[in-house]
Amino acid sequence: MNVILIAVIVLGGTGIILASVIFLTAKKFRVYEDPRIDEVQNVLPGANCGGCAYPGCRNFAEACVKSESLDGLLCPVGGNDVMKSVASLLGREVVEADPLVAVLRCNGTCANRPKTSRYEGVSSCMAASLLYGGDTACTYGCLGMGDCVTVCQFDALYIDKETGLPVVDEAKCTSCGACVRACPRHLFELRKKGPKSRRIFVSCMNKDKGALARKACSVACIACGKCEQVCTFDAISIKDNLAYIDYNACRLCRKCVEACPTNSIWELNFPPRKKAAEQEVSATKAETGKDATTV
Amino acid sequence: MENKLYVSMSPHIHGGDSISRKMWDVIIALIPALLVSLYFFGLGSLLVTSVSIASCVLFEYLIARFLLKQESTLRDGSAILTGLLLAFNLPSNLPLWIVVIGALVAIGMAKMSFGGLGNNIFNPALVGRVFLLISFPQQMTSWPLPKPFNLHYLDAATGATPLSVMKSSRFDRLPDMLDMFIGNTGGSLGEVAAAALILGGLFLLIRKVITWHIPVSILLTVYIFTGILRVANPEVYADPLSHLLTGGLMLGAIFMATDYVTSPMVKKGQVIYGIGIGIITVCIRVFGSYPEGVSFAILMMNGVTPLINAYCKPKRFGEVKKK
Amino acid sequence: MRTFSMGGIHPPENKISAGKAIEQVPLPAQVAILLNQHSGAPAVPVVQRGDRVKTGQLIAEAAGYISANIHSSVTGKVLKLDEVYDASGYRCQAVIIEVEPADEWTEEVVLNSTLKRDCTLSPEEIIQKIKEAGVVGMGGASFPSHVKLSPPPGTKPEVLIVNAAECEPYLTSDHQLMLEKGMEIIVGTKITMMALKVNRAVIAIENNKPDAITLLERLAIPYSQIDVMPLAVHYPQGGEKQLIEAVLGRHVPSGALPVVTGAIVLNVGSIFANYEAVQKNKPVIDRVVCVTGKSVKKPGNYLCRIGTSVQDLIDFAGGMPDSTAKVISGGPMMGKALINTQVPVTKGTSGVLLMDGNEAHRNEVYNCIRCGDCIEACPMGLEPYLLMSLSELSEWEAMEKECIMNCIECGCCSYVCPSNRPLLDHLRVGKFKVGAIIRGRKNQ
Repeated sequence: MNVILIAVIVLGGTGIILASVIFLTAKKFRVYEDPRIDEVQNVLPGANCGGCAYPGCRNFAEACVKSESLDGLLCPVGGNDVMKSVASLLGREVVEADPLVAVLRCNGTCANRPKTSRYEGVSSCMAASLLYGGDTACTYGCLGMGDCVTVCQFDALYIDKETGLPVVDEAKCTSCGACVRACPRHLFELRKKGPKSRRIFVSCMNKDKGALARKACSVACIACGKCEQVCTFDAISIKDNLAYIDYNACRLCRKCVEACPTNSIWELNFPPRKKAAEQEVSATKAETGKDATTV
Repeated sequence: MENKLYVSMSPHIHGGDSISRKMWDVIIALIPALLVSLYFFGLGSLLVTSVSIASCVLFEYLIARFLLKQESTLRDGSAILTGLLLAFNLPSNLPLWIVVIGALVAIGMAKMSFGGLGNNIFNPALVGRVFLLISFPQQMTSWPLPKPFNLHYLDAATGATPLSVMKSSRFDRLPDMLDMFIGNTGGSLGEVAAAALILGGLFLLIRKVITWHIPVSILLTVYIFTGILRVANPEVYADPLSHLLTGGLMLGAIFMATDYVTSPMVKKGQVIYGIGIGIITVCIRVFGSYPEGVSFAILMMNGVTPLINAYCKPKRFGEVKKK
Repeated sequence: MRTFSMGGIHPPENKISAGKAIEQVPLPAQVAILLNQHSGAPAVPVVQRGDRVKTGQLIAEAAGYISANIHSSVTGKVLKLDEVYDASGYRCQAVIIEVEPADEWTEEVVLNSTLKRDCTLSPEEIIQKIKEAGVVGMGGASFPSHVKLSPPPGTKPEVLIVNAAECEPYLTSDHQLMLEKGMEIIVGTKITMMALKVNRAVIAIENNKPDAITLLERLAIPYSQIDVMPLAVHYPQGGEKQLIEAVLGRHVPSGALPVVTGAIVLNVGSIFANYEAVQKNKPVIDRVVCVTGKSVKKPGNYLCRIGTSVQDLIDFAGGMPDSTAKVISGGPMMGKALINTQVPVTKGTSGVLLMDGNEAHRNEVYNCIRCGDCIEACPMGLEPYLLMSLSELSEWEAMEKECIMNCIECGCCSYVCPSNRPLLDHLRVGKFKVGAIIRGRKNQ
């Protein structure tokens, strides 16, 4: 009995003393933080992907709470829904932003772009691009070793074994921009997702002169300027032997797609054209955007 | 051009050294000690060694093939080496099922669960041995006495080892120094033959598989530490040379502590590591309750190795001295 | 025998083309002269399409201080200014010239081969002549020589070290140049000493070239200020920092210029180019390239015009063996693998190495067993195993703390690794990333 009593007193007493020490320390060294930071953090996705240009979700929440307006602050993963709840928590104006999605601007598949050498070494695009211009004659195109796949936290990218190119899974892509930063060739671009995910873009980054680019890759942009001519909305500009479609000006009329002699302009998620509907190939092209070689 | 050239980063040539070369060198270096062991412990030694090696290889194959689903790494010889080293740390009259358990612990728990060769923190063979020592203390500490061409296995005559004699401070019962040197004493089957182990160590030094830093710092530390104790009280403490030649010290210093994966990588760190092993060994041997402490000492220092690696940096070329 | 103290390896020397007399390669039908043959800014072309140029005529001017002039190596018509693949596999601006079979040299070039010992020019005039001739480091790094010869104010060069170590396996072009142009090299050393205003020079040669050591020692007897120093064979002895340590026993502090140790290191090929520039007014329009490899039919040392394609060189050396799987510009330790053989020879091309399939391939990679061989081999005292895993984890800040920027990319770590790990590949990625971070910080 006595033993049990002593044990209870000793253990209980130690517990009480330590608890009060912890309590006092917590009280004394308490750092005041705006409680709204926690609240905002709770509505954020918590992926810590860095897509908002802050190191993590908490830093972004802090930035939201501290800033005057939410202009320029966007969680690309959560999109407008999350930003709306953040805005309502903080009692600020909602700034709507168009949803974006990552697109790969290279169609240098194994079939389109013949190999000129064989690479041996670390399977990393970064290492390969430090070493040389790539295993094809195009020194701007995809190296196909998947640095983008490695950095994607959302499992939205995979390398298509047949083409050797990464494929973006639109449903999973959160437009965090990790792939844009990881690609040593800067092939990814965050573009406006567009109505019903319909988009048109130039799938090439080759800045060589037309003849050289064409020699290296059959679907390279040769900067012929035909797309620029047919575009009625002034959305297309040609710079450094390369066409670029401004997604804010583009009205998705698809004239440029038809005009492009090398099929380097891609349309995604459009219904098949009437004329080409019978052709199986074109349908695949429109659906998956993989097979842009055949007309 | 149909003949596409290979492109890779420099250097374009390789020295040709390989893991298997290093592992096989160590195995070759262990052969003299194995022969001595076969001579003194006979059949038991043969059985324990072959079962240990076979089960280590088998477990590594099974785990790699069916659990980790990766390519077999048997070719590098490291499983054979682990099996051999484990056997060297066991008494020759150990029941074979215990040997198999030891191999399972060594390969399964200490090596493969960390991700295979190169990722383990502790020396697999020693983990296996210490596991057995704690789980089967009786079988693990009944040492058979050496008898040339012994055909007895489980029923081999057992007796006290020099270490237990030293522990009880009855130095008159210590075997002859020469016997201890050639291995004519009781003990684990591979640890007794100091001369053969030193021979193997010299081979490794010549082949540049190991450097002198770890073995020499361990042996020197043990020699100096026990020497001081001996000078302080010759009645209680054994002479330093017997300490060097008995127990697993030679085997531990030359073959176990020098294991690449679990020892520090920079020379300075290796010396610190060696001194640590020496001090802990002597402390356990002289002040602890176990007669032998080399395995424990090495395992403890294995645990400190990452810390040593983090603090002992090589001398950088052109390092700017801080003012 | 002297050498450097830390790390290093001794790969098989394989100096197949040693002792082969320098042969002149016939003029090719067309040359492509790259405009970025040197480190620093690419030169700016001063000729236009359709121009006729003479051999030795300036075709591109240095753009800025760290840059070099480029001269036409042949007589002929400029076909076009276009981009061609350089050794790195990227496209680079080049002047492409259609070659006329008869050379027509510019007037000031002295064409005879008689030795001209005396030089009465002032140091500034010498450096000016070297600058005009577009001399760069001929060992491979291609750093403009006139920049090296004008050390920044506050530093005082004491000794000129002539880098004739040629520590790379296979390569023999410097060796053969020393054997055939020994006296020119001695005079070139003397001239370079005058330019630097130093009164001591050391010609550092690894002792696997005993004939060159004996010859230069004999030729240097009248020049009491020039020493020939044999060095133990030890890669990477030709590295600037390693060579300074081997010769002077001084360490270049991390992050500092080598000149703070009082030494200026110049490659022996550059010394010869200095001689030709100053005494013969001849710009750098040709160089000795060693074509070598185990299955090359006619390995040797070939004097060829800058801009000749590697294919022309290989053809001259008996053609490309069918077994060739890799063509390397430079030596096997630091050279660059070429994507095709149309790449033109530049001022820094010391050799062309052809490798067969089994020699060229990398071996299967295994886990790191932490043997520490890479630490032992690293001449800069780094821990390549650690840097590689940090690079794989993208821990750039940690890599900076582990002194990644000290890496000289010699390749010793990858060479010795028993697990065949591509250490240097990862180290390069890390060095590039950390370098970018450091530059970004400076710009802020």
